[in-house]
Amino acid sequence: MLQGWVVVLTSFAYLGLLFAIAYYADQRADQGRSVIASPYIYSLSLAVYATAWTFYGSVGRAAVDGVGFLPIYLGPTLMIALWWIVMRKILRISKLNRITSLADFVASRYGKSALLGGVVTVIAVIGIVPYISLQLKAVSNSFIIVLQYPEIIMPAKVGAVPVFKDTALWVALILALFTILFGTRHLYSAEHHEGMVAAIAFESLMKLLAFLAVGVFVTFGIYNGFGDVFARAASDQKLAAMLTPLEGVAGSYASWVWLTILSMLAIMFLPRQFQVTVIENVDEKHLNKAIWLFPVYMLAINVFVLPIAFGGRLHFPDGSVDADTFVLTLPMVEKQEVLALLVFIGGLSAATGMVIVETIALSTMVCNDLLMPVLLRLRRLRLSERPDLTGLLLGIRRGAIVAILLLGYLYFRLAGEAYALVSIGLISFAAVAQFAPAVLGGIFWKGATRSGALWGLIAGFGVWFYTLLLPALARSDWVPRSLLEHGPFGIELLRPLELFGLTGLDQITHAMLWSMIANVGVYVSVSLVGAQSADEHRQASLFVDVFRREAGGARFWRGTASVPDLYNVLVRFLGVEGAETAFGEYARARGRRWPDDELEADAEFVHYVETRLAGAIGAASARIMVASAVKEEALELDEVREILDEASQVVVYSHRLEQKSHELEAATAELRAANEQLKELDRLKDDFMSTVTHELRTPLTSIRAFSEILLANPDVELEQRRKFLSIITKETERLTRLINQVLDLAKIESGRAEWHVTRVDVRELVTETLAGMSQLFKEKAIEVETRLPERVPPVLADLDRVIQVLLNLLSNAVKFCAPERGRIEVRVSENPGSVRVDVRDNGPGIRPEDQAIIFDKFRQVGDTLTEKPSGSGLGLHISRQIVEHFGGRMWVESRFGEGACFSFTLPVEPGRV
Amino acid sequence: MDRLDRKAQRLVALCILGFLLFNYPILALFNRAGLVLGIPVLYAYIFAAWALLIALMAIVVGRGSG
Repeated sequence: MLQGWVVVLTSFAYLGLLFAIAYYADQRADQGRSVIASPYIYSLSLAVYATAWTFYGSVGRAAVDGVGFLPIYLGPTLMIALWWIVMRKILRISKLNRITSLADFVASRYGKSALLGGVVTVIAVIGIVPYISLQLKAVSNSFIIVLQYPEIIMPAKVGAVPVFKDTALWVALILALFTILFGTRHLYSAEHHEGMVAAIAFESLMKLLAFLAVGVFVTFGIYNGFGDVFARAASDQKLAAMLTPLEGVAGSYASWVWLTILSMLAIMFLPRQFQVTVIENVDEKHLNKAIWLFPVYMLAINVFVLPIAFGGRLHFPDGSVDADTFVLTLPMVEKQEVLALLVFIGGLSAATGMVIVETIALSTMVCNDLLMPVLLRLRRLRLSERPDLTGLLLGIRRGAIVAILLLGYLYFRLAGEAYALVSIGLISFAAVAQFAPAVLGGIFWKGATRSGALWGLIAGFGVWFYTLLLPALARSDWVPRSLLEHGPFGIELLRPLELFGLTGLDQITHAMLWSMIANVGVYVSVSLVGAQSADEHRQASLFVDVFRREAGGARFWRGTASVPDLYNVLVRFLGVEGAETAFGEYARARGRRWPDDELEADAEFVHYVETRLAGAIGAASARIMVASAVKEEALELDEVREILDEASQVVVYSHRLEQKSHELEAATAELRAANEQLKELDRLKDDFMSTVTHELRTPLTSIRAFSEILLANPDVELEQRRKFLSIITKETERLTRLINQVLDLAKIESGRAEWHVTRVDVRELVTETLAGMSQLFKEKAIEVETRLPERVPPVLADLDRVIQVLLNLLSNAVKFCAPERGRIEVRVSENPGSVRVDVRDNGPGIRPEDQAIIFDKFRQVGDTLTEKPSGSGLGLHISRQIVEHFGGRMWVESRFGEGACFSFTLPVEPGRV
Repeated sequence: MDRLDRKAQRLVALCILGFLLFNYPILALFNRAGLVLGIPVLYAYIFAAWALLIALMAIVVGRGSG
């Protein structure tokens, strides 16, 4: 079933399907229900990176040096990790400025320079043409091979064909037609080509599917899994070396590194990658998923490369079959016709995807950045006076598409046969890598100038041309071969493949090294030596600071314009419908209605029109058109600087103000808190003072009263006098005790108390204290019960202070014990890590609401109005302070009416637990 | 903003990690004869490291956007 007409028919059916998908997606887009607004479609469209070169060429390269093809996919995986920083910025800039292509981006950054845009376009076209020819070669070769079925004959052996019978030419023409249908339906190139993106995503699925199918077939159909393939390869003398292919630091590791770097740059600066990643991006957030989905795609499409390569080498050991064709020839030799056809379609989809996007991107560049600026400047053509230029624009783009594909074909006829697929692709990679300094420098370095970018590009491209393209042409005998061997004019030092005598590197590494040195060196040094114009300074600032100030372009325009003039400019390039839409959107955004309300042709409006125009014809051309339609005053560099500085100063100033006010707020809050605290302390002190004086006055009053009685009545009876004097003595003692306690408390609270810490045996201490008080107990007829363990571990504390605590608790217990049948229970026990002392009485107990406050200063339980207070109210407070000072705890447990139990603990001396 | 910055920093760190994993000298350590589960050591290493890197990237990105 692999007859020629079947293959041709299938191919056209496939292309028809693609077109149907694109048509459907465009229809949906017109209805506002986009199918491409998904991170998955976005990631698949990025996979346009995998071309026929991946599809056929990876195996070709793997069959020669094992893992050598992998850096081309590892590089993008590493680069995409940096996209969160780099690509997000490029995306934002491109959206704000309605960038239409890579050339437009560079031109716009360096002061909307038409010259720079033109140079980028020329480099891109010359650099990419070999790559396009590679796709043509792949499609036509695979077509020729399939036609030979069941024989396996390489295209080179089929013999030369005249141009008009050459498949590659027909492939080129059909693809040109197809691309025109796809890519130039819309004029407005900053708008998304939704249909194209949908078709590309489908093609990415198709090529992955086809490659996985053939991979599974070879690995598991012809052989018994990965292990089997590799085991056979390892036992083959010629193939065994490919299992450990890397050798020498200067040799293959160096080329490995450079290949990685090269493909890191290619994933960003290939015109088609810039097209799908930046221009066709509908939502910045899609980057999130693409950052890992796209690498997953690359990993998947590479898994079977090595098994297929080894399978091919084992199957065709004599080398009669080109390794670049293994993907196709293995199914053919196994008589798998359907699979072979699927592979052919897979290769076709890889090639067409690349060609369509690449030529659309290049034709946009050629039209917007090369031809339009020139045409608009040629006064003779009077283009800027023609009412409608939309037809001209479309014509230029269509012409550019055909011309680029024919150029690709021309290169294929001239030089294509001399190289394997991979080498051609790498030549293009190295060409687009030259854009890296200008673009990356442009978005991070404000000081980069137009001249720096221009001469850097020219220098890098010159070296690329000399060290890569010229040798390619020489190998095809279009340039004398002696140039390679002896150098120009016999100067050996200038041999293109060993420039300045640098040997030992492969061709790509050699060319990348020299071209990057030239490019970056010139870019940086010229930028540093030269100065920026006003336009450059403005654009540099808008690009580099894109996240800091959004859409500030309007501030830089001064002049006079009229609404009809602006309208006419837009109509010329967007058509009446496009201009109406643009004006309508502008008016709506400002709460007006077009054309009912009057619009003001101010700086903002002029800037809006210029940006809209840039979306159709590129920044440089838009500049020329707007300048011709309005009267404007050129801003001097100083003025631009001033505007920028003003803006940034305002930003800095307001930022500082904000910071200051935050600091002030914080300080105020702190002050308020401190003030509250002070007030509270003051109140506490007042309370304390009034309580203390009140407590002092009570005994003083009674002392004074009895003294006065004794003084006034010298004839008081002796018995009476003795009674009075004993009261006076008691009250004096109470006074002394109170003053002592106040002083004690003051010392403890201020931290000035002296503590004599020793090892204290609590059991002994309790026993002695009880013995000292036994007289008192006897007097009051109180029964004391003790429960002491044999021994307890010692605690570290001040002996006198602990005795003070115990005395306080015991005398409280004595005071509140039930009269007549008082009973006190003292108990010492050992808790884990501490010694506990409980003092229980059988007094009236303490109400639950009082238990919480009983340890506070001057709190005495009971009704102070009816009962005479019998203590200072400081004892428990001081006791608790002492216990807590030694790391213990003091608390009370009581039920009202059933006595109270005061307890405290003291921690055991560390190491004695 | 702080969160975005951390995400960017983590991704840059992963890029550097990848650059180390896929370069001399670490790569050279695996450039030797022998099979791991029937697959040559170098191939097995590269694909495993690659998959690991992608998984880490997915985790970092997934966290930031959640």
